[in-house]
Amino acid sequence: MSADHLRLTGVTRIYPPVEGHGAVHALGPVDLALRQGEFFSVVGPSGCGKSTLLDVIAGLARASAGTIAFEGRTIAGEVPDGIGVVFQEDASFPWLSAFDNAAFALRRAGVPEAEVRERVTHTLNFMGLMSFAGAFPAQLSGGMRQRLCIARTLVTRPRLLLLDEPFGALDQQTRLLMGDELLKLWRETGATILLITHSLDEAALLSDRIGVMSARPGVFIDLVETGWPRQRDSRIVSQAAFGEVTGRLWAALRDQSIKALAMAS
Amino acid sequence: MTRAGWIRLFLIAAALCLLEAACRLGYVSRDAVIPPTVMLQGTWRAIASEEIRADVLLTLQNVLLSLGLSLVAGTAGGLLLHRTPRLRRALDPLLASYYAVPTFVFYPLFIVLFGLNRWPLVAIGFLFAVVAVIINTLDGLARIPRALVRTAAVMRLTRAQYFVHIILPAAAPWLFTGAKFAVAYSFIGVIAGEFVVSGAGMGHAIAFAYNSFDNRMMYGLIVLLFVLVGGINTLLWTWERRLYARLAGR
Repeated sequence: MSADHLRLTGVTRIYPPVEGHGAVHALGPVDLALRQGEFFSVVGPSGCGKSTLLDVIAGLARASAGTIAFEGRTIAGEVPDGIGVVFQEDASFPWLSAFDNAAFALRRAGVPEAEVRERVTHTLNFMGLMSFAGAFPAQLSGGMRQRLCIARTLVTRPRLLLLDEPFGALDQQTRLLMGDELLKLWRETGATILLITHSLDEAALLSDRIGVMSARPGVFIDLVETGWPRQRDSRIVSQAAFGEVTGRLWAALRDQSIKALAMAS
Repeated sequence: MTRAGWIRLFLIAAALCLLEAACRLGYVSRDAVIPPTVMLQGTWRAIASEEIRADVLLTLQNVLLSLGLSLVAGTAGGLLLHRTPRLRRALDPLLASYYAVPTFVFYPLFIVLFGLNRWPLVAIGFLFAVVAVIINTLDGLARIPRALVRTAAVMRLTRAQYFVHIILPAAAPWLFTGAKFAVAYSFIGVIAGEFVVSGAGMGHAIAFAYNSFDNRMMYGLIVLLFVLVGGINTLLWTWERRLYARLAGR
């Protein structure tokens, strides 16, 4: 692993005042450096700015202060090449078949059709969706639709994959299995992954490192190294060390969650 | 045909049979309403008449023009208002009360502006239809899931790609509703305009037959109008059902 695949320095996001509501300091200042090929998760209380952090990294929102560098190039409010994002909500295009969904970005980018077919077939096979290639999203389960969204992102071969609670709407068993799938594709693609999640178990299971954020404005208050080997799967939840990781996360988060709850009420 | 379709067909046939019997047996005065079979004879007479065919063609051209213009301008207007929330907030009350304004009062103004030709009628049909398209376009745009908008941004689509590949298909159900309203309102605007103030077209032919006590021709033309409007709406409805079936994964 090489250093600084993604580097955030003093990144801050302040939402400007809107119609009688004052400015909202949502995030930062945040400093963070992700290593090439690292699986990094962000946990924090509700409303702490986790998704804002992802938006700023993805170039979907502009940082009010600070700099973000991806592979040495500064991101300034535009989506850079090499970054893929999967959102919590179902973002599959309901009017396209699974195959056409997965091929969408490649076709818009003008990739030759033969290459589109090869890459989409490979990715759908990898995600276990090839037998549903002709199906429309409404014919797929929630978990399959989310896998389709991941497949649609993977075909573009992102070097940094940003995941905003992609399994948030799924039940616990499916989440564990999807976590296994995610670990498999992480190992195969070698991409750096930044996962936003509210689930401490999910973060502890999947990550090399976990950043714990404070209540708004979100800043990192702890960085937890899990120490898991690269070859791992959901069976590690039965290990004592897994409980220790989630215990440490909760110890760091508990006061912040209480604070966030008080701010919300 | 679906079960609902058969039931619909049966109800229409039953109503027509009832009207036929009521007219034939003298329960309804033939001065007011003629039997449906006689109406059909009038329709045939209308189709056979070169003059009436020219009227029908003129009306269809005017309707198509006002429909096309209202779809283009209404969609563009909806997009513009969606992108400029302040303008939308300013215009919302006007859009909400728009159909309280009798558009026909502008006919003299349109004659001054466009002259004595088809364009005043097209303008009335357009004014009738365009706001329905704007309102439905706004509704459709507001309902595009945020995740799709963000996905388009992540894929770095151009504006044209975003419009063609995301906005149009995602808002299609509402755009269809707007188009269906636009068909109905374009017909209403053009036919009513021809009926009251024009010297040609189907509306004028119906009015002429009415004033000449030619019930057979008047009802024949009304039946022809029903067939035309019904045909166009059935086409749209079929297209819309296919779209919904795809969205629902059937």
